Amino acid sequence: MATELSTREAYGQTLQKLGKERKDIIVLDADLSKSTMTNLFAKAFPDRFFDCGIAEQNMMDIAAGLASCGKTVFASTFAVFAGGRCFDQVRMCIAQPQHNVKIVASHGGVSVGQDGMSHQSIEDLALMTIFPGMTVIVPADALEAAQAVETAAATPGPFYIRMGRPKVPQVCPDDYRFALGKAATMRPGKDVTIIAMGIMVASAIKAAQKLAGEGIDCRVLNMATLKPIDREAIILAAQETRGIVSAEEHLKHGGLGSAIAEILVEAHPARMVSIGLHDRFAESGNPDELLKKYGLASEDIEGAVRKIMERRGQS
Amino acid sequence: MLRRHIINITGRAGSGHPGGSLSAADIVAALYFKVLRHNPSDPKWRERDRFILSKGHAAPLLYAALAEGGYFPVQELETVRQINSRLQGHADKTVTPGVEMSSGSLGQGISFGIGAALAARLDSLPYRVYVLLGDGECDEGQVWEAAMAAAHFKMDNLTAIVDRNEIQLDGWTEEIMNLEPFADKWRAFGWNVVEINGHSISEILDAFEKAKSFQGRPSVIIAHTVKGKGVSFMENNPEFHGKAPNPEQVKLALKELEK
Repeated sequence: MATELSTREAYGQTLQKLGKERKDIIVLDADLSKSTMTNLFAKAFPDRFFDCGIAEQNMMDIAAGLASCGKTVFASTFAVFAGGRCFDQVRMCIAQPQHNVKIVASHGGVSVGQDGMSHQSIEDLALMTIFPGMTVIVPADALEAAQAVETAAATPGPFYIRMGRPKVPQVCPDDYRFALGKAATMRPGKDVTIIAMGIMVASAIKAAQKLAGEGIDCRVLNMATLKPIDREAIILAAQETRGIVSAEEHLKHGGLGSAIAEILVEAHPARMVSIGLHDRFAESGNPDELLKKYGLASEDIEGAVRKIMERRGQS
Repeated sequence: MLRRHIINITGRAGSGHPGGSLSAADIVAALYFKVLRHNPSDPKWRERDRFILSKGHAAPLLYAALAEGGYFPVQELETVRQINSRLQGHADKTVTPGVEMSSGSLGQGISFGIGAALAARLDSLPYRVYVLLGDGECDEGQVWEAAMAAAHFKMDNLTAIVDRNEIQLDGWTEEIMNLEPFADKWRAFGWNVVEINGHSISEILDAFEKAKSFQGRPSVIIAHTVKGKGVSFMENNPEFHGKAPNPEQVKLALKELEK
């Protein structure tokens, strides 16, 4: 296995690499470049990096203005600020005009850890997927994060990419190719499908391995592109397996689980259990403690899969 | 001419913002017909000067200037605020030729303008960026985030114009949210400040020349204006911030503007 790297570190490295090839790439940050890792680009290309200070709303509209003049702009801050604080700026100046701005937000989810509730973004995906024409990606590991950033740089239009704070294990194979809008099958299976994104993909794989020992054969899909979501893969999973478990480091409402449920209800009603934060904010703690306390651990995914297997007999 | 369009547009639509369109009419006329380097037959010309309407509710004024400037037929002004029109209630850059930024949510224009001005600098292009704000709009915190950033980045290719008509939707600006000492605030943020009578074309043109020649800092033109300028019963009347004239008032207003 490759060395562990956070998705934000992969972002910083990829941006630096892209900056060499693409002179049209401009990077903005809001006084968090050492955390979002845009500082690597800033060091390499100081003329194309602008620190906007602690003024995220201003930064998003500067990004839009640059994009309106043909630049490919990456704007970074923490996910809580990118998603929540700048909602209107993103709406008016990035999403609706379809400007070529890539909002790459770090510190998504509760795995931010000890900084606590104020810094744990659990609503950003609902806020960003709601916009017409916004592409939303949540990479599972550093490998996928790097490829997602490359894809975003090569694809016109607004993107929101959510990166995480902690180092994460590589879950994608070395020869992985990220495909925008396509779920990646991390593990084939015929009993239950676990659809996950971000750091929850690793937990989903772990849960599937454990369940295999009990004779339950889980399919694991990495739904890195939350929008536009891979509708076919979801319907296929509903047709070919007994039910679906969604797993995300986000509120259950408005995220991956909701998106899957909307498709299933219309196209192929199926049993479903969603793993996510249930209508509550989290707190300070170590990432693993938090994931456990708030029902986001691999054991919780296992429990959800068993629930679907059990319910089968009752209907 | 622009004022007559504003009255017709808002009167026909039965809604819209005549007051703040009338107050800024001389400024926008000066820009479109004297100051801006632009090409109506090529609205996306890379080297065009950018005019950004931050006070998006003055869309009737912008549409009047764009139509008279040749971006689309003057007759199209009849469709403002109607279904299937390219001329939305507040300016939408995705549908209207010549509109640089979608606006209507206040406070965002200078920020967007900084982006466009930075792009000019990065590409070594000579174009300038003009942003028109309302004075009430300056209640928005983002205006001051942008004011700080524009000075920090030394954006001398950016000029902001504040339509200082002293009235916002709920009443007089100094009663709703005190802005004074307004010019001092901009100076403290690092801007070159030019104060003028916003209805004097010669003062307006002179101010743009001053802004253009000022190096190393952004300029703001504080244009003292009269809300509803040109129509006696609209002048200094907060009621006409966001209310359209009725058919009778349209007739009266047009008659006054003929003089």
